[in-house]
Amino acid sequence: MRNLKAIYFKEMKSYFNSPMAYIFLVIFAVITGYFFTRTFFLFNQSDMRSLFNIIPLVYLFFIPAITMSLIAREKNIGTMEVMSTLPLRDLDFVVGKFLAALSLVLAGLLISLVHFITLTQVGTNIDYGAVFTGYLGLALAGAVYSAVGIFASSLTDNQVVAFIIGIFIVLIFFLMDKMLMFVPVSLTGIIQYLSVDYHLSNISRGVIDSRNLIYFASVVGLFLFMTVRMLEIRRWK
Amino acid sequence: MIKVENLSKSYGDIKAVKSINFELNDGEIVGFLGANGAGKSTTLKVMTGYLTPTSGNVYVNELDIQTNTLEIQKQIGYLPELNPLYPEMRVYDLLEFTGNIRNITGKAFKNSLARVIEQCGLKGVIHRMISECSKGYKQRIGLACAMIHDPKILILDEPVTGLDPNQIVEIRNLIKDLGTEKLVLMSSHILQEIQATVNRIIIIHKGEIVADGTNEELMSGFMGNTKLTLEIKNAEDSTVKALTEKIPSISLVDTTTKNGSQTLHLEYPKEKDPREELFQYAIDSNWVVTEMTPHSVNLESIFRTLTMEDKANA
Repeated sequence: MRNLKAIYFKEMKSYFNSPMAYIFLVIFAVITGYFFTRTFFLFNQSDMRSLFNIIPLVYLFFIPAITMSLIAREKNIGTMEVMSTLPLRDLDFVVGKFLAALSLVLAGLLISLVHFITLTQVGTNIDYGAVFTGYLGLALAGAVYSAVGIFASSLTDNQVVAFIIGIFIVLIFFLMDKMLMFVPVSLTGIIQYLSVDYHLSNISRGVIDSRNLIYFASVVGLFLFMTVRMLEIRRWK
Repeated sequence: MIKVENLSKSYGDIKAVKSINFELNDGEIVGFLGANGAGKSTTLKVMTGYLTPTSGNVYVNELDIQTNTLEIQKQIGYLPELNPLYPEMRVYDLLEFTGNIRNITGKAFKNSLARVIEQCGLKGVIHRMISECSKGYKQRIGLACAMIHDPKILILDEPVTGLDPNQIVEIRNLIKDLGTEKLVLMSSHILQEIQATVNRIIIIHKGEIVADGTNEELMSGFMGNTKLTLEIKNAEDSTVKALTEKIPSISLVDTTTKNGSQTLHLEYPKEKDPREELFQYAIDSNWVVTEMTPHSVNLESIFRTLTMEDKANA
């Protein structure tokens, strides 16, 4: 736990000591702000659906960008050797980094709460429950994509390659339930269940179902587990 | 105490280390010497738990590296080759982070920090970004990270590469100081470096240990004969030829003639010094001696012969 915390704070410092975190947060705020306000006053509806629809799209590119360096860079500059020879378990190393990336994503979501304040000021009949579950769903989807991103980062020592692999896997999860018409009928159930968007839209509707929560937890767990395995494989090379 | 037992490591088809054995005792400074690509770094990487051996094992105080990796890593301070550091971190932050991982926090960290700043001479740079530090400082920062937990065992992979002569002397002295109470294993491909710092040398060549011993042991073991250069003028060939008969302990290796003076390259066993007889013989034969230089055998020639053998055979 102590080691996990040390890794977490090291990564957070590294995010905020470089332009990375600021660029991410500012662009995230600008894009979400634009898409929220563009339709908010036009439609005259007291919800944040337009915001919740655009954020998963922003995730597609932004999360692989903030996770690409996590492990690939350590390999690239050689510090992986220092990390691996410290008395530090691979699991603490991976989870610490994962939590740091997730924190940055959550910070972005926190900034978008500004629009929620707008909503409370000008809106009527606000469905607070839907707003809450909407944010919960975005946080969980962010966790899945972060875990995918860190896995992609563990596959290579080149950050650009890690970024592209990350986008690719994230895109598969994102597109799966949009491709259902091309899939044999017998498989649609499985494919749909594997898709992030399917579970995200369930939660965003205001229903917190344990099936959805288990899905998010198991995908995050699977990718973090595979990341730890990738680090172990390196020792045997 | 470290015991390396039948250690082998292959990268795919390439055998980097071939079943090597050695033991290191506490309080020893040991130099690990070999040409580039001889398997030094690979051995050190296995010893520190960065790589898993293909076969064999490493024991540190009866613990073995494959099952007690974390326990062993707690006892070892390691400076990898090329000294990788995070350029965007501040020196203080890096030391604090390393301390945290090593379970050194609060007051204990303050004390450790003060110690490594003193030992490694980091006073002026402690709040600087690592990217702004010079190469010499970076090397000392890496060393400070390896020593923050005051380890019993220090493993340094090429600790002085790229430093200027003054910095080399500083690091060398630091390593010597540390060696009085710790087990220090340092690798290098520069012989003079090892020779100046350590008490015991292990020479590795193509993944195999070809020599292991103190400076003196290696020298006496590998080259029994001392070389002597004798430059003479006014010498008749017959007297030169008769030399080896007159003084049997000498053997004539080579003769060169240049500008009327002859240079004789001689060899004699260390324990039978023939220089007095030689001098007398020179007078008797009316030689004019312009130079007489005995060449003490140095490690460099030993190192060369050990690591060149293959080329000669091939």
